[in-house]
Amino acid sequence: MIEIRDVTKSYGSNAVVDRVSMTLPTGGLTSIIGPNGAGKSTLLSIVSRLMPMDGGQVLVDGLDVSHTAGEVLARRLSIMRQDNHITARLSVRDLVAFGRYPYSKGRLTAGDVEHIERSIAYVGLKVFEHRFLDELSGGQRQRAFIAMVLCQDTDYMLFDEPLNNLDMKHAVETMKLLRRLADDFAKTVVVVLHDINFASAYSDRIVAMRDGRLAFEGTPKDMIEPSRLQAIFDVDCRVHAVGDTRLVNYFE
Amino acid sequence: MQADIKRVSPAGTLLVTAVLALLSMLAFMTLGAKGSWAFILSFRGTKLAGMILVAYAIAVSTILFQTISGNRILTPSIIGFDAMYALLQTVMVFALGAAGANAVDPRLQFVIETAAMVGFSVLLFRALFSGATGSLHLLMLVGIILGGLFRSLSSFLQRILDPNEFVVLQDRLFASFNTVNADLLGISAVAVAAVTFVLWRLFPTFDVLSLGRESAIGLGVDHHRTVTILLVLIAVLVSVSTALVGPVTFFGLLVASLAWQITPTASHRFVLPIAVCLAIVTLVGGQVILERLFAFNTALSIVIEFVGGLVFIFLLVRGSAR
Repeated sequence: MIEIRDVTKSYGSNAVVDRVSMTLPTGGLTSIIGPNGAGKSTLLSIVSRLMPMDGGQVLVDGLDVSHTAGEVLARRLSIMRQDNHITARLSVRDLVAFGRYPYSKGRLTAGDVEHIERSIAYVGLKVFEHRFLDELSGGQRQRAFIAMVLCQDTDYMLFDEPLNNLDMKHAVETMKLLRRLADDFAKTVVVVLHDINFASAYSDRIVAMRDGRLAFEGTPKDMIEPSRLQAIFDVDCRVHAVGDTRLVNYFE
Repeated sequence: MQADIKRVSPAGTLLVTAVLALLSMLAFMTLGAKGSWAFILSFRGTKLAGMILVAYAIAVSTILFQTISGNRILTPSIIGFDAMYALLQTVMVFALGAAGANAVDPRLQFVIETAAMVGFSVLLFRALFSGATGSLHLLMLVGIILGGLFRSLSSFLQRILDPNEFVVLQDRLFASFNTVNADLLGISAVAVAAVTFVLWRLFPTFDVLSLGRESAIGLGVDHHRTVTILLVLIAVLVSVSTALVGPVTFFGLLVASLAWQITPTASHRFVLPIAVCLAIVTLVGGQVILERLFAFNTALSIVIEFVGGLVFIFLLVRGSAR
């Protein structure tokens, strides 16, 4: 369980995350939605201790992220960020192998190698495993970074807009993969998403943020409502039920 | 799959550079030797030991500085290390006089210089670099400006210095591999050994640090602490090389760039030793060329920068064509 208590982060007098409190239960897939600048990515960075908070507390399984040793947290929680710029020239396999660092400190065991192989195969990059990252397309690179997170094999996995740069096929495959992590491996998956329909179709819970605050939270059924979406995004939209899934038409 | 076949193995590259380094050391010790071997070996051995220490210090400090800054064109000297060394020397000659400065035990001087440079770098880096808002560009700008300040201060002091004392000072400020400071060899070796011991403990983190701050933290590296320790070690290494031979700016960048270019992997397990071997080849090999080919008629830095610059440009052109 991830408990977020009164977390605040400001730049000058501008609070980008403003006294947010919420609990992300163990298991399942939670999507964080909201307009640009709502503080979604900042919140994710704070939870994953990449960014210090100005006030409040984040507990992961009862461990305070501000005071727990980095290597302990790295075995419980992993994050994939939006912009992954790396100066080093790495092959896909090199990159994915870094996911084992919290366990092996650079000396790979047979078990680590197995994890690496499995993660690469899982995201479908087996053919490209010896390619350098700068020789891959944006979507392939994205999947390589997802494979690195898989390889880290933590209970909590955070993804900051993992569908960026992905075409329809790979976006769906990625979301299915994240769904499988939650269903088959009992991982707790938290995803920042921009496409409201992906959030609707694949989440167990949706958390909406606006202006640095927690706006609403609930199941897709509760959340995908014209009035709520209007309140979150300021966009008029219609919601259609297709089978069990609610789809949002915001194009008209 | 196909790319695999064409790729040279990193161990092969390391072996080749190591053999080249050994050959240049051998050439330095034996070429043109006349007279008593006992004298030659101890005379040239001192110089060689000094050059190897400098090569090691510069190669390692530059590679690690580039790793923690995530930038392949930076060297510790851009942050004003050389200027600081010059200022320290100038202030010392100014305050104590030439005779006084020469009377100070060089080992004591070395310790004071190292402490000052470590203090300066830690202050600068901690204030600007390692925090979450720390910006590399801000650090560089402040470093360049401080370097300018140090340089102006030194040249001001040099201008009001007695001409005789100025000559003594100038002698101290020129990088020279002919007059390796033998008094300092022992203490430098101890400093380098201590640094190497700590580096050895931190070794697994280097590759992770090259992924950038966020990824490193995500993988459980205490980024702030590790980077601060590394900066202190880099400051010690830079002090060692400047104290032994004086400021050498271009050399580190050259060696590090060559090492990144020719090493087929980004793993520090290979890049670091290859860079050290390349540094030895360049320094010792360059000194051989200087002594045997030009009969000391030029400066080693000219030889290194001319040949090294050509090799570097060649590699860049070839790399872009690949």
